[in-house]
Amino acid sequence: MSPTQWDFPVELCCRPMAFVTLTGLDVTYNAIHRAIWDAFCANRRADRVPISFKVLPGDHEYPKCRTKRTSYEWYIPKGILKTGWMNKHLNLVPALVVVFYELDWDEGQWKEKQSECATRVEIVRQSLQGRNTKVAVVLIQKKTPLPPGEDMIASERAAALCNACDLSGKSLFVLPHTDHLVGYIIRCSDQQRIRLENAFYEHAQTYYYTEIRRVKSHKEFLNKTTHQLLFVRHQFKIAFFSELKQDTQNSLKNYRTAYNLVHELRSHETNMLEIKTMAGFINYKICRLCFQHNTPLDAIAQFRKHIDLCKKKIGSAELSFEHAAWMSKQFQAFGDLFDDAIKMGLTAIQTQNPGFYYQQAAYYAQERKQLAGVLCNHDPAVPYPSPDPLETPNGVLDFYGQRAWRQGILSFDLADLEKEKAGILALQQKEGEVVHSELIISLLSSAVAQFKKYKCPRMKSHLMVQMGEEYYYAKDYSKALKLLDYVMCDYRTERWWTLHTSILTTALKCAYLMAQLKDYITYSLELLGRASTLKEDQKSRIEKNLIKVLMNESPEAEPDCDVSMVKAAQRLWTDRVSLAGSNLFTVEVQDFVPFVQCKAKFMSPSFHVDTPVEFYVYLKADCPHPVRFSKLCVGFSNQEYNQFCVVEEQYQTSDVLEHSAQGTMCLVPGKTRKFTFKFVAKTEDVGKKIEITSVDLILGSETTRCVILNWRGGGGDAASGHEAVQAARSFRRRPKLPGNDVHWDSIMIQASTMIISRVPKISVQLRHEPPALCNEMYRLMISIQSQEDTVIRDVKLTAGLKPGQDANLTQKTLVTLHGGEVCDDSTPALLTDIPIKGLQPGEKLDMPLFIRCGTVGPRVFLVYVSYLIDTSVEGKEIVCKCHRDETVSIETMYPFIVNVEFNSMKLERLDHIYADVPFLLLVEFRSASPWPLSLESGKLQMLPSIYCLPKDESEGNRLGVVLKTTEALGDIFCVRCPQSTVNPNGLAPGSYTLSWKRSSAGEDVPAVTSVISLPHLMVEGLPLHIRAALPPFGRVREPLPVRYCLENKTNLVQDLEISMEPSDAFMFSGLKQIRLQILPGAVHKMLYNYYPLMAGYQLLPSLNINLLRIPDYTSDLLKRFLPTHIFVKPQGRQGGEDSIDAA
Amino acid sequence: YLQCVSDLANYPLYIRSIPTENQLKFHYTVHTSLDVVDEKIAAMGKALVDQRELYLGLLYPTEDYKVYGYVTNSKVKFVMVVDSSNTALRDNEIRSMFRKLHNSYTDVMCNPFYNPGDTIQSRPLCV
Repeated sequence: MSPTQWDFPVELCCRPMAFVTLTGLDVTYNAIHRAIWDAFCANRRADRVPISFKVLPGDHEYPKCRTKRTSYEWYIPKGILKTGWMNKHLNLVPALVVVFYELDWDEGQWKEKQSECATRVEIVRQSLQGRNTKVAVVLIQKKTPLPPGEDMIASERAAALCNACDLSGKSLFVLPHTDHLVGYIIRCSDQQRIRLENAFYEHAQTYYYTEIRRVKSHKEFLNKTTHQLLFVRHQFKIAFFSELKQDTQNSLKNYRTAYNLVHELRSHETNMLEIKTMAGFINYKICRLCFQHNTPLDAIAQFRKHIDLCKKKIGSAELSFEHAAWMSKQFQAFGDLFDDAIKMGLTAIQTQNPGFYYQQAAYYAQERKQLAGVLCNHDPAVPYPSPDPLETPNGVLDFYGQRAWRQGILSFDLADLEKEKAGILALQQKEGEVVHSELIISLLSSAVAQFKKYKCPRMKSHLMVQMGEEYYYAKDYSKALKLLDYVMCDYRTERWWTLHTSILTTALKCAYLMAQLKDYITYSLELLGRASTLKEDQKSRIEKNLIKVLMNESPEAEPDCDVSMVKAAQRLWTDRVSLAGSNLFTVEVQDFVPFVQCKAKFMSPSFHVDTPVEFYVYLKADCPHPVRFSKLCVGFSNQEYNQFCVVEEQYQTSDVLEHSAQGTMCLVPGKTRKFTFKFVAKTEDVGKKIEITSVDLILGSETTRCVILNWRGGGGDAASGHEAVQAARSFRRRPKLPGNDVHWDSIMIQASTMIISRVPKISVQLRHEPPALCNEMYRLMISIQSQEDTVIRDVKLTAGLKPGQDANLTQKTLVTLHGGEVCDDSTPALLTDIPIKGLQPGEKLDMPLFIRCGTVGPRVFLVYVSYLIDTSVEGKEIVCKCHRDETVSIETMYPFIVNVEFNSMKLERLDHIYADVPFLLLVEFRSASPWPLSLESGKLQMLPSIYCLPKDESEGNRLGVVLKTTEALGDIFCVRCPQSTVNPNGLAPGSYTLSWKRSSAGEDVPAVTSVISLPHLMVEGLPLHIRAALPPFGRVREPLPVRYCLENKTNLVQDLEISMEPSDAFMFSGLKQIRLQILPGAVHKMLYNYYPLMAGYQLLPSLNINLLRIPDYTSDLLKRFLPTHIFVKPQGRQGGEDSIDAA
Repeated sequence: YLQCVSDLANYPLYIRSIPTENQLKFHYTVHTSLDVVDEKIAAMGKALVDQRELYLGLLYPTEDYKVYGYVTNSKVKFVMVVDSSNTALRDNEIRSMFRKLHNSYTDVMCNPFYNPGDTIQSRPLCV
């Protein structure tokens, strides 16, 4: 009775294929035969017809066919299905025997060959006597055959051969090949092979068809009373032959019928196993075909029906483990079928996947184990029955599912009770040898693999727990522990504490039995914790064990452990105890829920360096008994502080057991214990964060065994996060606790604090007059006053543009302490760490800071004063660095608006300047500053080629004017550009330099100079210049002499037409219209005498000039240079002479 | 049979089984059934949150028990495990039992002294 007894036979699980034997092939020595055989058996892919080939010698003995019964009247079947039947039809009895024979149509000794072939066929026929197996002949020919009908000899001889061999023409085939081309043989025979194969397949199908007919024909002889078993057998056979025939639809139909017939059988304890075995086989076939037909739902439905029908058919109570084993196998086989179908492309879903079947198979395997444990728990003294009742004459059973000791007995009455008992005992003893755990674990792991695929993480975890437990039962504790440890955290994070506790309990047992110290301690810690759902007495037991372990003693055994293993474990523990060293364990408790809770809290999120840093460590024990610890220490990001935060107490080892609630180092269950630590921060840590990186609580002592509970950061564990959320959500009022006790939930972890500098006792004041003016030396008065009680030293000033602003501002902002000179580009934007003398208590210091801003806009300035002072904290002398900073935002604006204009001598605006024609340059400054400005001097700097009045002075023009807001100052110059400056692109004539400062600035502040570039001049040349010389005014009826000078500026002789247009206000004498020529560079003078007729501002007669050579040159242009009006005084009674003189 | 109320984060708020033996196995069953509940909730997505059917139906069949699920709009999950042989309990009965359970749960939530997220310890939720 092997463990594979429950496995389905191979012939059941394979895909039935038509069985064809090939004879007459010498595959060992004949290369051609070998090639033919290879073509048949190699490369059997799915697209080829389903035939299983076998090469057999021509005289092979096939299984004998029993003589056919003509009547079933007296026949009583002994069982449902013979064990050899399926194999017989798959591998022993062929559907077709093919005889290969080398024979060409033009063979010389045709007669002899033909009769030899006939003999061979006859031999085959002989050995197949009584069977319907078909026979076919294949002639291996060297010559390629001619097309059918052309070779007369061939058709003649073929007919003769068929006749001799008693074959139909359909059963004779020709396989040509040519000797010299091996490649051709194979290729050719490949085509032939396909044709042959298909022909063979047809023959095989015919064979199976006749077989089905033959089995069906028996039906009519059967009767329901005696031949019930035969109904099933025949139905099964029909279905199986249909399958061989590849008629899966009919096969399925017949299997279904067979299945129903199996359940109609009269069942009794004695034949239950046989019925179930057959039902299982047929069910397997049905499910397999359903999956093959891609109807998985049918398969599932059939399987469910099968299970429902068979679930209760337990059979003999003494062998009930067999039922469990059978059930397990059913589920496993279905799972395998399902999985195979998925591999072929079926899609499964989360709630319907092979995993469930494997899981159920594992469940039944567990049940089998449990039943076996009860039923097969024989006294080792009971001997195995002799003779072996399970022994059969030929080593195998005749019928599937029967008992070895009563094969073929159909009676429900047990004839031989003794034999039956012996048989059951033998089965039970065999079952006792089965390693059930292995079976269970392999099923579970199959299920795990499936559930992993179908997104069932919890199911997976659950199965892994079961696997772990199974390993535990199988005494493979290390594997058990590995699995349990792996899934433990899933349950912990999901906070299913009951499940988590159950896993922990098993894990603790494993750890105990292996004497794994660290694991034992870790699991104990968690089982004692608040998340554990263990009863108080269990916790108490575990705690006592833990204390024993800490005192380097062996703990008590965990309950419900295997006795022999406990003994082994006790030895292991004794070894551990005697073993010195490795007695220090660090347990990272952050990731689970230990029985000591810890929270560390800084009193404040920040501390000044001159005050001591204070923080609390809160501890709370959840175990049933008070627990003592030996040391508590705290680790910081700056490890130098670690030494200040240690609580340690030496105690006798015996004290551990002393359940006194006294002493600082004792944690009383449920009480919150607070430890206060205080230390002085290092001055280097100013501005840095101090973090608690770890809290270590040491249980036990170094002399015996000690465990360091290590919390990363400021404490807390796997459950505390959620507890904190719940506590925050709760609005339940907490009752006031006596004394200084605090509610655990109300404590918030604060694991870091900032060290900030000492509060400075110094004042920094800034005085100034905003806004700043562009380019000005702007003064910012800084007043520093010490308010310290002692002398401060090493006072340093950092002042200037606050860093971090626009980079361009840094270029355009200059800062200096020395206002006496205007700063240049070499001065920085920020003055750093300028040492200032120490300050006595109360001493005040004023310092001006000068800022020069090159561009307008807002700027932020920083004034930062730092100093050192000696002070003491907690009796410790420290040097504190304090600082005070002030920032100020200053707007910069332009001091004035500058306006430059070019005007003609008539004070008209000019767009163009004409060479050699004088014009006026006006520069105007309008103050935009809210503060009065002192303009000290202005200076015009022109190109040396340009004539300018008043002349350039090296000192410039001393202005000495104070401008208030919106007041303006103008400066005017007369300028003439020579011909040489004519330039079509314009000309930069020069600049105006103004020296100024704000009026409020003291004498020590220098004036700044602003340089105003003059706008470009467009200087053009004129071919003809005209000037008029006339008195400033005229008088009515007094002659007014006027002279016009015309100057030719060109190198050519100019022809002119000049005409004088009269005016109403004047009479005149002189040339009214003239045509003349002026030589290059020559000046022509024209004299007129005007005689004013009316007083007032009168229009002069206008001179029109046309240059004949230059038609563009119009008189309009010229008129700009000529006066158009003159003031005419009325005729006076007296004093008229004076005015004429003046003119 | 057994009932269980579980929170959004999948930890049990309330769990009770009748009869009380073999409790651990039922707890595992409930826990594993949350795989299916999670998957069903994820499949429902955000579509039609308002008209959503709260009753999830049979979660998955085991040989001996039937596991039913129900999820409230605030993603509080109810799971019920009943004996497969108990054919008296049809889908409609299960549905109404869940509805009653939901009502009881709502009552608990309405209790001003109850802190949401705590395990429910007061009188057993009636069915």
